[in-house]
Amino acid sequence: MSIRKVFKLDGKEIVFEDGDTIMDAALRAGEYIPHLCHNPEFKPHGSCRVCIVDFNGRKVSSCTQPAIENSEVESNSDEIMGQRRALLQMLFVEGNHVCPACEKSGACQLQAVAYYTKMLSPHFTHFFPQRSVDASHVDMAIDFNRCILCELCVRASRDVDKKNVFTISGRGIKSHLVINSPSGKLGDSAFSANDKAAQVCPVGAILPKHQGYDNPIGQRLYDKHPISVVGDVAAQNEDEKR
Amino acid sequence: MDVDEFIFNMTALTNNQSSYLLQHLHAIQYQYSYIPEQAVTLLANRLSLTEAHIQGVVGFYSFLHDSPRGTFDVLMSNNITDDIRGGLALTEKLYSELGVLPGVPRRDGRVTVDTTSCIGMSDHGPSMLVNGRTITHLDNKRVEDIIGFIESGTAIEKWPKRFFQIKDNIQRRDILLSDDSKSGDVLRTFNQQGSDHILQELEASGLRGRGGAGFTTAMKWRLCQQTDADQRYVVCNADEGEPGTFKDRVLLNSYADKVFEGMTLCAGIIGSRKGFLYLRGEYHYLRPALEVTLHNRRKQGLLGSNILGQSNFEFDIEIHMGAGAYICGEESALIESLEGKRGIPRKRPPFPVTQGYKNKPTVVNNVETFMTAALVAIHGATWLRSVGTKESTGSKLLSVSGDCSKPGVYEYPYGVTIEQILSDSGASNSQVVQVAGAAGITLAADEFQRRIAFEDISTAGSIMVFNQQRNLLDMVKNFTHFFVHESCGFCTPCRVGTSLMKDLVKKVHSGHASEYDLGEIRNIARLMQASSHCGLGATAPNSVLDTLEKFPQIYDQRLKHTDYEPAFDLDASLEEARSINGRDDADAHIGTAS
Repeated sequence: MSIRKVFKLDGKEIVFEDGDTIMDAALRAGEYIPHLCHNPEFKPHGSCRVCIVDFNGRKVSSCTQPAIENSEVESNSDEIMGQRRALLQMLFVEGNHVCPACEKSGACQLQAVAYYTKMLSPHFTHFFPQRSVDASHVDMAIDFNRCILCELCVRASRDVDKKNVFTISGRGIKSHLVINSPSGKLGDSAFSANDKAAQVCPVGAILPKHQGYDNPIGQRLYDKHPISVVGDVAAQNEDEKR
Repeated sequence: MDVDEFIFNMTALTNNQSSYLLQHLHAIQYQYSYIPEQAVTLLANRLSLTEAHIQGVVGFYSFLHDSPRGTFDVLMSNNITDDIRGGLALTEKLYSELGVLPGVPRRDGRVTVDTTSCIGMSDHGPSMLVNGRTITHLDNKRVEDIIGFIESGTAIEKWPKRFFQIKDNIQRRDILLSDDSKSGDVLRTFNQQGSDHILQELEASGLRGRGGAGFTTAMKWRLCQQTDADQRYVVCNADEGEPGTFKDRVLLNSYADKVFEGMTLCAGIIGSRKGFLYLRGEYHYLRPALEVTLHNRRKQGLLGSNILGQSNFEFDIEIHMGAGAYICGEESALIESLEGKRGIPRKRPPFPVTQGYKNKPTVVNNVETFMTAALVAIHGATWLRSVGTKESTGSKLLSVSGDCSKPGVYEYPYGVTIEQILSDSGASNSQVVQVAGAAGITLAADEFQRRIAFEDISTAGSIMVFNQQRNLLDMVKNFTHFFVHESCGFCTPCRVGTSLMKDLVKKVHSGHASEYDLGEIRNIARLMQASSHCGLGATAPNSVLDTLEKFPQIYDQRLKHTDYEPAFDLDASLEEARSINGRDDADAHIGTAS
């Protein structure tokens, strides 16, 4: 019989296995830690920093931090929730997020995590960056205004679809998603609506065309239950994704 | 040679290994002044990479461009030490007299002018790079001459030699810089005494990394040696990008042989056959002489196979160029860059010492650390312990610049006080000393008794002095700009936080901020410190927090005494409308009286 290893998350014992991160073990135990760039199907990334927790006295991203026996992890404190809220506000002002008019509203993880952290306003000064929409593909469109640089599409296209359709260019605040095709347009790339990369966007940046608001706002995934109960939008069946 | 042939030859020489991507891009940029589309396609083909991947790498490094630069590509160093010595005005002069906008090629394709982060010449007055070549001691006269040469189309090879003069400026020598050992002495000692003995000496010497973090060198080498692997690597971090530092420039100019000897010693101990010198793009001018030194060492049997006749000792060193990215001084970002990728810091653990270059155990040390380790091997632990403090043995090279009459490199025993440095470098009436660069610590006059040592102030060696006449907010503003430019963009708090911070400091600087904004600055700073992915984001707010605490008056005297002020200036926002209407009369302005 293997020895049962545990750590404490907000005082609660969480069982983990060797190789688990704090996030892995917490999710398996049904404990929600807010996250955006993490998706259990992919290699942890640790870029959005929304999943930060206090780990033996210092802040770490729970999606990348290996679980350690008998460690104390704090996730739901006012301090950490405030920091997560500020990180979300940064993501909101960095891009152009117009929730009331967005097709993803109600099934958007950025919006749902923002509600979870009780974010009521973007707080910081908006950057209003000049970004474009790429509707060149037959089935899918990309609205770069909503991209939060989680690189889930990059990872899915590289690791699952084996197509490497997406990558990041630029540096710092000028970092942006680029598409691998002769014209730089999605329509000229190897991308397909059946790709894993088409299913993983946590926000409304990569969306199917030819449909809109089929599911009325107010009756969508996170309109019915908070994200802490239903989890990631990418993990839902197709009907619930919008 | 056409682009195709150029790339074909280059990629063939390195067996189409994708890890050479950045090196190829650097060479193409140098040759053609940009990375043509055709080059991206061909490189993608030869190296089995996607074009977007290459585009992503080009987009990451400041010195790579996807559209042509001017025939003369001018980059003014914009470190605060350049700014306060007239660099700002000279940059403006270049823009206006050459008739260009920052970073935009002039219509005739003759010239581009832009700014760049500290180019490691803070002891040489305002400086610039022109087509990758360093020009120092800029003043009105020299800039006018340069403008003349650019306008007349005079090839840079024909510009006066004195423009390119770079001195070592060594102002004080201690045990390191006064050593007179000969090429090969270290390796001969190693052959006689063996790995175990040398490691014991290193351990007993107490040598710690000179890059600032201060990890014990012997422990790093031992960990690497003990990690099971078929290949191990030695990497010398010569990406000194900390604003205000330049001591590695001097070591590589005049002591490169000892640095290479230290790398070879490390290779012999850990069992490595391959090493890299990662040289910052700004130091491109040093490369030819460094290649000659490497060549000579090969001829002397100190590099290559059968080193000093030992059949089992094989090691060689290759120079890899950086291309304008401060973050690549962080060891895991440096390794990503060595692999030809965007310089994004890795998640740690694993640390490079067990999984570094190509996921093999890798020792990454600072230039100065390798040289010091080499000399410990010859002279023993007692030599290093003869100076310094108990916890910080040996000496430290400091790069002193700013408001002092004798800027340059000073080698001091660890434990030297700031006051001593100021006195020796001819600094008087000093207001603050900024130690360890933009991410470092701002010391006020009542702290000048503090010491350079791991147990007090740890630094890679940048010392920037500011006298009482300087406006400290200029320094803070400069540093916040620096971090916006140098953030890699991977994590949210650093990518967005650096921009928010820059805007808020600018708001204070321009007299539009209120007490509320100072609270915002503190909150963002704390968030960046706590939640950033790497040290860059965590230390970026240091100068803001330090000055807020120690010099609150520089902020307070510029505040509007209201609870809240908008982020924008209403009157300034009307500027575009005024210029369209061709108006500038009193009625076209709002609220300027306040």
